[in-house]
Amino acid sequence: MEALISLVIGVLTAGGVFLALRGTTFPVVLGLTLLSYAVNLFLFIMGRLAIGVPPVIRAAAEGYSDPLPQALVLTAIVISFGMTAFVIVLALKARSELGNDDVDGLHHDEDRHR
Amino acid sequence: MNGFIHLPILPVVLPLLAGIVLLALRNRSLSLQRGISMLATLALVPLAITLLQTASDGTQLVYALGNWVAPYGIVLVVDRLAAWMLLTTALLAVFALLYALRGSDTQGRHFHVLFQLQLFGLNGAFLTGDLFNLFVFFEILLLASYGLLLHGGGRNRVKAGLHYVVINLVGSTLFLFAVGTLYGVTGTLNMADLAVKLAQTPPENLPLVQSAGLLLFAVFALKAALLPLYLWLPAAYTHTSAPVAALFAIMTKVGAYSILRVASLMFGDAAGPVANLLDTWLAPLALATLVLGTLGVLASTSLRQQAAYLVVASIGTLLLSFGLGTVDSVAAGLYYLPHTTFAAAALFLLADAISRARGSLADHFESGPAMPGARVLGGLFFVVAMAITGLPPLAGFLGKFMLLKAAIASPLMIWVWSVVLATGLVGMIALARSGSLLFYRTHGTPEPDSQTAPTTAALTPVAGLLLLILGLTVWAGPVSSYATATAAQLLAPQQYIEAVLGRTAP
Repeated sequence: MEALISLVIGVLTAGGVFLALRGTTFPVVLGLTLLSYAVNLFLFIMGRLAIGVPPVIRAAAEGYSDPLPQALVLTAIVISFGMTAFVIVLALKARSELGNDDVDGLHHDEDRHR
Repeated sequence: MNGFIHLPILPVVLPLLAGIVLLALRNRSLSLQRGISMLATLALVPLAITLLQTASDGTQLVYALGNWVAPYGIVLVVDRLAAWMLLTTALLAVFALLYALRGSDTQGRHFHVLFQLQLFGLNGAFLTGDLFNLFVFFEILLLASYGLLLHGGGRNRVKAGLHYVVINLVGSTLFLFAVGTLYGVTGTLNMADLAVKLAQTPPENLPLVQSAGLLLFAVFALKAALLPLYLWLPAAYTHTSAPVAALFAIMTKVGAYSILRVASLMFGDAAGPVANLLDTWLAPLALATLVLGTLGVLASTSLRQQAAYLVVASIGTLLLSFGLGTVDSVAAGLYYLPHTTFAAAALFLLADAISRARGSLADHFESGPAMPGARVLGGLFFVVAMAITGLPPLAGFLGKFMLLKAAIASPLMIWVWSVVLATGLVGMIALARSGSLLFYRTHGTPEPDSQTAPTTAALTPVAGLLLLILGLTVWAGPVSSYATATAAQLLAPQQYIEAVLGRTAP
């Protein structure tokens, strides 16, 4: 289980980094999204992987699952959701202002002759 | 004293409430919005002064949100450093807003809402004593800064804004990875509790904690624009509107503040296996930042760009003093911090006034027609340039002098002295060249249609910021002794830990 989760986080992060380094805005946005998925999963398992344990401490229970990472991940999801929405709007705005979807907006005629 | 219990939360709540009220009043008259925004910003000044007075005798006010005691709840902590940063922010914000009121707040929508939320994020980041809460406040101030940076729109602004947003989103992801790792290892997020737990890191967890600590450092270095993570700054600061660039002079200092806070509290001398984790990186990188920032100042093609590179160079000086890690050097940095913030802000505002007076050439370094009001602008430029390059008699010189004096005992002394003095000289030459190009080497016929003479309203904020610098110079004695006390308090984190956790740390 640990190996699988680690692999998933690793692949998501690697994919996210690769896409975030692309030259056009849409893959970059996707890359940021993948990165935020990876980090949310990472935060979540920082409370350790456990199955069938109670969420709060009881005297009789063997162990308990840590509720704090779930609160953290909820906050992180909300923030990354808002940020993704913002960056999509910004990418669309850049597309219309710069006339192309290059991250540097370099292929515009004005820039080429500068 | 009872009324003072809730004082530490006020600098956070006040801008938030003002932002919400302004959002509700977005369709009302502009003067009403401006009045509320100005009032809320002005109110931060006496608030910060009160907190500063409370903290100045060494008290560390701890405010437990919802009365959940640390380390279970989130705490706000007012110590000397936090109060110092609050006051710097409040004073800067007043003058940046004053400049915005003369028109740049009408170029787009919701300027005042974003401005107040920016202050909300900044004040929260300075006050919080919880690492995850610091992340949340970072996100708040970044989200507001995205809006402010893009305020008014335009091609260059959107292009620079896209880079700024994307790199900061990647930075936020790294921040979460670092916070997650620290939580996974120590089981806490309270900074004081983390300091206690990190000092007892068992050897098998050491690599994890070290990588998390360095990851945190990388994130803060990104916000502070430390080499090699400063490349986003010049474009972003050059293309945004002047009052926003002026306010952003404090943004890089948030990164510097976080580095100082984390390095002194969590990775300080007393941190056992992780002691001085960041120190090996900080001073050399800061020296390199100072050199490259100054080269950028020399190579700039417009005054705004030059001001942006001066911000990079000032971060180099600031983090160099934090990186040397002695009481004297940190005190020098803390004395230099408000000075460099105000001076950079004044230069951004002045550059805007100059570019309006030059018409179509704006602030590009090409010789053009003479400016209307050149005497006043030139005089102010002279004083601002003196302040920002650290020439005597202004506070920048005193700050750099304190740094050089503190570096004598350091093994890096040769490097610090040669780099700080050489970059100071190069910066001075670059600004002298810009000044002579803008004000003396004039030719061509004036364009009365596009050239507007600077108004008193535009120059008042610049003069106000210069007066603050003058104040720092005149009252250098009390200010520097406050800075020294702050540095001493920071380098003895035991007191902070006891204040937050309410018990003697083991």
